[in-house]
Amino acid sequence: MPTTQQSARSSKVRALFCASVLLALISQTACRPAGQQADLRIINGSEPESLDPAIITSLADSRIVKCLFEGLTRLNPKTARAEPALAAGWQISPDGLVYTFDLRTNAVWSDGRPVVAEDVVWSWRRVLDPMTAADYAGQLYFVKNAEAYNTGQTNGLTGKRFVASDVGVYAPDEHTVRVELVGPTAFFLDLCAFPTLAVVPRHWIEQYGDRWLLKPGLPVNGTYRLENWRLNDRVRIRANPLHWAADEVRSKVVDFIPMSSPATAMNLFVSGQADIIWDKSLIPSSLMDVLRKKPYCHTFGYLGSYFFRFNVTRKPFDDLRVRKALALSIDKRRIVENITKAGEQLANHFVPPGTADYESPEGLAFDPEAARRLLAEAGFPDGEGFPSFTYLMNNAPVDAQVSVELQAMWAKELGVKMEIRQAEWKVYLSEQSKLNFDLSRSSWIGDYNDANTFLDLFMSNNGNNRTGWRNERYDALIREANQQTDVARRRGLLQQAEQMLIRDELIVAPIYFYAGVNFFDPEKIEGIHFNLLDEHPVYAIKKKTK
Amino acid sequence: MYFFRRTLFLIPLLLVISMVAFTLVRMAPGGPFDKERAPASPEIERNLKAKYHLDKPLPVQYAIWLGGVLRGDFGPSLKYRSHNVTDIIASGLPITLVLGGLAFAFALGVGIPLGFITAVKKGHWEDHVGGTLAILGICIPALVVGPILVMFFGVRWKLFPVALIGTPMHLVLPTVTLGLFFAGRVARLMREGMLGVLDAEFITAARSKGVPERDILLRHAFRTAVLPVVSYGGPLLADLMIGSFVVEQLFRIPGIGVFLVSSSLNRDYTMLVSLVLLYAVVLLVANLLVDFAYGLLDPRVKLA
Repeated sequence: MPTTQQSARSSKVRALFCASVLLALISQTACRPAGQQADLRIINGSEPESLDPAIITSLADSRIVKCLFEGLTRLNPKTARAEPALAAGWQISPDGLVYTFDLRTNAVWSDGRPVVAEDVVWSWRRVLDPMTAADYAGQLYFVKNAEAYNTGQTNGLTGKRFVASDVGVYAPDEHTVRVELVGPTAFFLDLCAFPTLAVVPRHWIEQYGDRWLLKPGLPVNGTYRLENWRLNDRVRIRANPLHWAADEVRSKVVDFIPMSSPATAMNLFVSGQADIIWDKSLIPSSLMDVLRKKPYCHTFGYLGSYFFRFNVTRKPFDDLRVRKALALSIDKRRIVENITKAGEQLANHFVPPGTADYESPEGLAFDPEAARRLLAEAGFPDGEGFPSFTYLMNNAPVDAQVSVELQAMWAKELGVKMEIRQAEWKVYLSEQSKLNFDLSRSSWIGDYNDANTFLDLFMSNNGNNRTGWRNERYDALIREANQQTDVARRRGLLQQAEQMLIRDELIVAPIYFYAGVNFFDPEKIEGIHFNLLDEHPVYAIKKKTK
Repeated sequence: MYFFRRTLFLIPLLLVISMVAFTLVRMAPGGPFDKERAPASPEIERNLKAKYHLDKPLPVQYAIWLGGVLRGDFGPSLKYRSHNVTDIIASGLPITLVLGGLAFAFALGVGIPLGFITAVKKGHWEDHVGGTLAILGICIPALVVGPILVMFFGVRWKLFPVALIGTPMHLVLPTVTLGLFFAGRVARLMREGMLGVLDAEFITAARSKGVPERDILLRHAFRTAVLPVVSYGGPLLADLMIGSFVVEQLFRIPGIGVFLVSSSLNRDYTMLVSLVLLYAVVLLVANLLVDFAYGLLDPRVKLA
């Protein structure tokens, strides 16, 4: 039998053993594998769903993907317009239908293999392959037969389904890519910089299938390599020494910190554990009036619209006068001054100001007198007999405040009663798609700097329409505009379409244009330039040396 | 034999739990691939569903998933499409376990002595102060405690990092935030247990035999008084081991607690059902351990 002393000693040994196991566990798990601090730490919005250019859909994901995979063009850090990237130059046919890109001869994957024209062709066909199920495959529908292949259509001439080789992208030689378009797409070069059209490593994907991104040694052709990606922790990237412009890269190691809590983002930023906050949703809007006065808060015009949709299939919103009455009685100034407070511009039209080669027609401003008159004409004088209706929204604090404000405005100006239906995000999306709403809060961020990215949403067959409105003339105007090479004529056609959207038919009621918000200390960080797309290539950013 | 039987019983129980979870999650409106931006064509969504077997009848989907689980593969995450659920759990679980373990140690390390002292010093100032602290710990939720700790210890005094992981120092504030509530509960349970035992006849008998007070309290009273804490320890351990959404979110800790909530919001079916299953396993095993601990601590309990 053990003596009391022996048992005391053995229990001490056990305790010591347990403590050392716990310490080892803590150091293994709680301490970062790569202990080195990054040169730049960016709070980037929610956790990336993927880093596969064909799969991603969010801005946060695309910021990282653009560092890893490059397309034929890239966006300039200052102007956010297309400039040569993988393609050193290009020629456009006089009718605007054929683009010939000359690839750089010194572009290589980070494993040393050359990036060739066939890689571009394969990457684009992969996006369009129905089996890839790429949400953003529509970005390539401007290429000949791309839509037909992606949606599994049958070729009327041959009676067979369209296949990958029917898509209008070819590699005549190792360093030339030839693209045939459906129409002269004015923004095609900007589109080539969109992450969906980036080039991916065919040899790697064919070897590893769905798991290709997470295999160590992932070959990339962007300015950075993927070093580490742990969900809800960080994505660490390191400068790619084999990139053709490796000497332009100003921060060698960069951490993207995924974040969904504005409070935590602010804590990290003010305590110096993060250098930049990039995602607007991570700035607490309730503190915006205080934060805007800080030297690290930067706001600027942004290519995004905040609006609500009418469900025109439901009474009484099938009546244009009713829709107009509701739109005319919104005092937008109260919303941007009291709720959003980040310097947003009032929106009477849908396409944000500053969009390239475009100027919107005049929309409807605040005019409660005219609103009451229209409502009376529609058979509801002073709101009498107007049925109670619902405003569908997701559960974001700002949206809740805006909807309460709208509710109060409509009750005061028109005497109508609105009920707010706050839904969880997925329910909100599902209900919106099924047209299960009267009015629905909405927003749209442009994918590229062209009015088309806003206006084509409301074409009859566009899945983003979600209003029940179908108009052949509108569809024809957008189609015709995208066949134009003449900038002024194209602008005119797009203006006519927008006029239908915001005035003649009033399918959507714009409220404000988003402001871009970036947090960084200009004394410490350089290389961030403000532009409409909130586009800030990471390679151009660095911390200033003291 | 007892534990063998109990373990065997877990299997049908887990099957039922996973089946119910698998069915319930599908009843929520919306799906994993609903996005603000609709896919370019309905064909894309159809392909996406086919790729993840969501176009098949529910029993078939369940069978496919269960087949994977039996092979140790929980399937792909429907939200984080480059990752599979097994990898996500393997990456996050150790962190959650460490944080949960630390919070458990904190809860017991603070709660048991606090409860013990407040009981022994009943009616004295130690009792009032300790009791107030325990009540505060229980009443103030982590959602409030966390930001207050961060504001003072992280932002103002810069004693600890405000979020993320990296060094053991990063775990201090999350541990306290997570453990404080449970420390309060443990302190209350311990105090009640001690007060009940100190009036028991065997304590009076021991006192009358002249057993030193220290031995009475530590050797005799404590062992019996701690039993309610042990009972509570099972679900407590399970709760802590599966992680806390609030604490992991607030301190940006890459554990699995965040996923339990986010996967249900994202309709990440595979992830959610896998986590529910994991939670069930942890809870059932923790309860089994509690029964085992009872057998060791209380001679009246025999596990046959």
